[in-house]
Parts: sequence; C-alpha cells; structure tokens
Amino acid sequence: MLVLVLDSATPAVTAAVVEVGEPGVGDPGVVVRAGRSAVDARAHGELLAPQVDSVLREIGARPRDLAAIVAGLGPGPFTGLRVGLVTAAGMGQALDIPTYGVCSLDALGWSAARVNGPGRAAPGKVLAATDARRREIYWAVYADRVRVTEPQVGRPVDVAAAVARMGVLSAIGEGAHKYAAVLPLALLDEPRYPTAEALAALAAERVRAGRPGERLTPLYLRRPDAVAAAGRKPVLQA
Amino acid sequence: MADEPLVLGIETSCDETGVGVVRGHTLLADALASSVDEHARFGGVVPEVASRAHLEAIVPTMRRALDEAGVTLADVDAIAVTAGPGLAGALLVGVAAAKGYAVAAEKPIYGVNHLAAHVAVDRLEHGPLPEPAIALLVSGGHSSLLLVDDLAGGVQPLGATIDDAAGEAFDKVARLLGLPFPGGPPIDRAAREGEPDAIGFPRGLTAPKDLAAHRFDFSFSGLKTAVARWVEARERAGEPVPVPDVAASFQEAVCDVLTAKAIDACRAHGIGTLVIGGGVAANSRLRALAEDRCAKHGITVRVPRPKLCTDNGAMVAALGSHLVAAGVAPSRLDLPADSAMPLTVVSV
Ligand SMILES: Nc1ncnc2c1ncn2[C@@H]1O[C@H](COP(=O)(O)OP(=O)(O)OP(=O)(O)O)[C@@H](O)[C@H]1O
Ligand SMILES: [Mg+2]
Repeated sequence: MLVLVLDSATPAVTAAVVEVGEPGVGDPGVVVRAGRSAVDARAHGELLAPQVDSVLREIGARPRDLAAIVAGLGPGPFTGLRVGLVTAAGMGQALDIPTYGVCSLDALGWSAARVNGPGRAAPGKVLAATDARRREIYWAVYADRVRVTEPQVGRPVDVAAAVARMGVLSAIGEGAHKYAAVLPLALLDEPRYPTAEALAALAAERVRAGRPGERLTPLYLRRPDAVAAAGRKPVLQA
Repeated sequence: MADEPLVLGIETSCDETGVGVVRGHTLLADALASSVDEHARFGGVVPEVASRAHLEAIVPTMRRALDEAGVTLADVDAIAVTAGPGLAGALLVGVAAAKGYAVAAEKPIYGVNHLAAHVAVDRLEHGPLPEPAIALLVSGGHSSLLLVDDLAGGVQPLGATIDDAAGEAFDKVARLLGLPFPGGPPIDRAAREGEPDAIGFPRGLTAPKDLAAHRFDFSFSGLKTAVARWVEARERAGEPVPVPDVAASFQEAVCDVLTAKAIDACRAHGIGTLVIGGGVAANSRLRALAEDRCAKHGITVRVPRPKLCTDNGAMVAALGSHLVAAGVAPSRLDLPADSAMPLTVVSV
C-alpha cells in the first residue's frame, strides 16, 4: 500500500511516499520509495506541497494511488506544525482516504531503538528532544521504542534533572544536540529529526488493518499567547 | 452556464474560516465557521487562537460548502485562496489547506488578495463589474478608495486611511460604549434608536487645507478621540451616556466622510459606478447614505448583501472565477502567505 508521510513538527519539513507491506523479523515492513526533507523553519508553508508533488512524480504515482496519509502530530512550533497537519487533513478529505497521526517524538524514539539495536552500545532509556524555541525543548523518554513519559515541554536544565532521576543514558534529536551542554547524555548523532520511515513504521499496523482514519489533533503542549492582534491601538493613551 | 469556471474559495485571513463555491457569477455555496466568540473577551482577535480554530474548522467547513453546492472537488476548475493580507499564522492554515486540496485533486491554485476579493464579491450580487469603477473598501484593517481598471490585475489606490481603519473605529468606539466586539453590528443597531445629529463629531480630512494633500484619504483617529472625550466628560459629570445618540452621531460622521469622498472620486475620474466592499459595507447607514447621495449624482452604487461584506469564502471564489475567466495564470505550489500583501497585487 502506498502511504504519504508528512511531518512539519521541527525545522525539518518532510514528505515521503512509503510502501507499507508485511513486516518480518526485525523488519517493520515499510520501504521509503521517495522522500524529501528540507531544513528551514520558516518556509514549511512554501516547501511542503512541492515536496509532495515531487515525491509522487518521482515514482510515477498519482495522488489517487495513495491508500492513507500518516502525519507527525508534533509537539512542535505551532505555525509550522499546522502546515503538515492541514495539508494531510485536506489531502485525506480530497482523496477520501484515512489519515493517521503519530507523535513526532515517537519517531525519534523509534529511530533511537534502531540505532541502539542488538549489538549496539547505549541501550536502556533514551531521551528524544526537539527544539521548542524560547529556550525550551519538547521531550519524552523511551524504553525500547515504548514511550514512558507523556510528551512535554520544558527548560533543558529541568529536563536534565528529570531524566537523571529516570536513569536515562542517551539522547536523540536536534533538541538534545542544541542543549548538549546542559544534558549530560550520550548523543546519538542521527537522525536529528523525525524520519518518514519511523513515522510510517509507527502507523503501519493501523494502515494494514484499515483502521478508521483519525482526526489529526496537534500536540501543542502550550496555551496560545492570549494577546489581541497588534496594530489596533488602545482607545486613549493613558 | 455550465461552461463558466467552477471555483472553490478558501478564506482564513482573520477569525472566519470560509469556504465558498462559485460558478461564473453565481454563488453556489458559502460555508462559514467563526472563532469570534473566542476572541470577544480579549477585545480583539488573538492570532494563535484564530489559527488553531482554522485548523479545526477547515475540513468540516469544506464538507458543508461542497454539500451545499452539490459538487465534488473533482468537479472544480480551480481552487482560490486568500494569500494575504491578514494574520500570518491564520493565512498559512488556509494556504496550506488549499495546496493540500489542489495537489490531491490535481487542480490549479490561485493565491489571491483578500482586499481585491472584498471588491470582487459584488460580481455574485450584481453581475460583471463595469470597468473602470471606483471601489470603496472599508473593513477592519483597511479603508481605501481604489480605481479599478481591471479587477484581474489593475487596481490603483487613490487614497487610504492615514491612521485607523473605519471598522477599527467602530470596534474602538463600541468598546468605549461598553458594546461587544466586533463593534460594527452593535453600533449599527444602537444607532437606530439615536439621533445622527445629536452630537457634531468631527469629519476627518475634510477641511479645505486637508483636502489639498488628502483629497481621497481618510482619518478616523481624531473622531474616535472626540467620542472618547465626549463620553468621558459625561461620565465625569456623573451623567448617563446616551449610547444610541453617541452611536448614531459617530456612525453619521464615518458614513458622511466615506460617501462624500467616494462620490468625489467618481466625479474626479468621470466614473459612473461605485462598488463598496469590506465589513463596514454591511453598515445600514452607509448603504442608505451611499444610495441616496449616488442617486443625486447619477452614480450607480453596488453593495453586496451584508453577509458577503464581512469575510467569507465566496468572495475568494468570486475573485478566483474572475481570474480563471480572464485567463490569468495560476500560482505556483510554493506560493507564500503574505501578511502584508499590497493592494495592487491581485494574485500571486
Ligand atoms: N454593520 C456594521 N457596521 C459597521 N461596521 C461593521 C458592521 N459589520 C461589521 N463591521 C465591521 O467590519 C469589520 C470586519 O470587517 P472584515 O471582516 O472585512 O475585516 P477584516 O477582514 O478583519 O479586515 P481586512 O479585510 O481589512 O483584512 C469589523 O471592524 C466590524 O466592526
Ligand atoms: Mg476582511
């Protein structure tokens, strides 16, 4: 089954067409047929749709050949995050195919377990972290691909204290790299951002089973700054 | 006519999620979801709240529009979307959604100017716009007089507000009077019970010395301050504020200047058609006064029904169908949302 995978929860914006087949031992049964990823936090809105168009063209597929869409739900900076989700939701509606959401940090957790896999060093719990701006990170802890905390947002020093208590030894993701000085953990070099393979693998069971599509609800984790739009000045200067 | 372009329009520049469907000059659907109630307690639109609401509303609003029009995405000839001006984050939701629909349905996309769409929507009400025409655009963020040579690409600004927009003045005065946000509709209602000449509020940029440099410009900030002073004086004196009279007199001052300058623009350019668009065009007094004064000068005035004056998806579809019919090339898939899109750029 051909599945479109989108993620815009980090400075990277990613689109890929993935073939979801039967899994084997140590094989998630997903093959990336074509993928694009660009790192530019301020241009998700411009980059994503052309990426989708070009991955489909690359494999000679039409949008109607897609069986499902998988999208990273964040957490991530709001504006960029919404680009991926609304693109996925609109395409899902237009094509009348199901959409499935995956926590974008889970994709990093999944990749960490692959890197750490049998015969590799640094087993045990892994911190997955992405940049939340405002000197904070989005983070969650994984034990062999299973998330053992809720996705959260916090200051790197506080996260460092929390993961020390949990016995976390290594970390993955651009958030961990950016604050490496504060997070005393062994860094996994790659991937820095959620990969299409990981996102697809995490949704593959739902795709194969033909589960009902899900509403793509973003993981914002922060309330909106409740300040009315600027430019309309107060009535009388005090 | 079935061979006229069938165009879908998506609008998310502020707090309304709109999806409209238009065939040629005919309105087939106009679905709207609003987050206005979520902003009311802040006295203005909160950008992040609006953006979140757009994301939630876009799919169901699209569903309603398609059902109402009795068409599918496969039937449409093009998808138009507001690319600007407006709130950056809010615009981006609509633009990204439109791209998703366009890529999936393999349709061309048109990124269009929200302000041009406020003018174009009148095509749905009164048919093709005679060109050239003068357009008075009065909304929450803009107050402009435009010379429209060609709605598909030739829009020339004659003048604009030098401070507050007309809708902004309504919103601020409403706040002074303890009326809810947005202020246009409650002031319009309150004014019906009041006397328009009860209080002589100032008419901005109408004195001879101002007209030399600002013949077609507007100013509403002084008016708003005058209302504030007047209300404050009453309150300080411990007297009740006659809300209907203040509302009616304020509204009269705004409508007087808007219509006088619009007619002056028509006469100066020898143009016989005035089209009024934007949220403030929903104002009952502005509509009546424009009818009245234009009739006296032999000018045809065109104002769409109030629901089409405030933000909606049909206006975007109306401009889109005009662009398709005029043979304008579609936008590229990497088209950006532009929060400061200039009035002179009709499509990108
Ligand atoms: N009956 C009315 N009388 C006067 N003003 C009105 C009326 N109805 C709506 N308005 C005003 O119209 C404005 C909203 O118009 P609109 O939706 O076109 O603005 P916007 O989209 O926020 O701004 P812009 O179009 O400039 O980007 C508000 O300021 C509102 O108070
Ligand atoms: Mg508007």
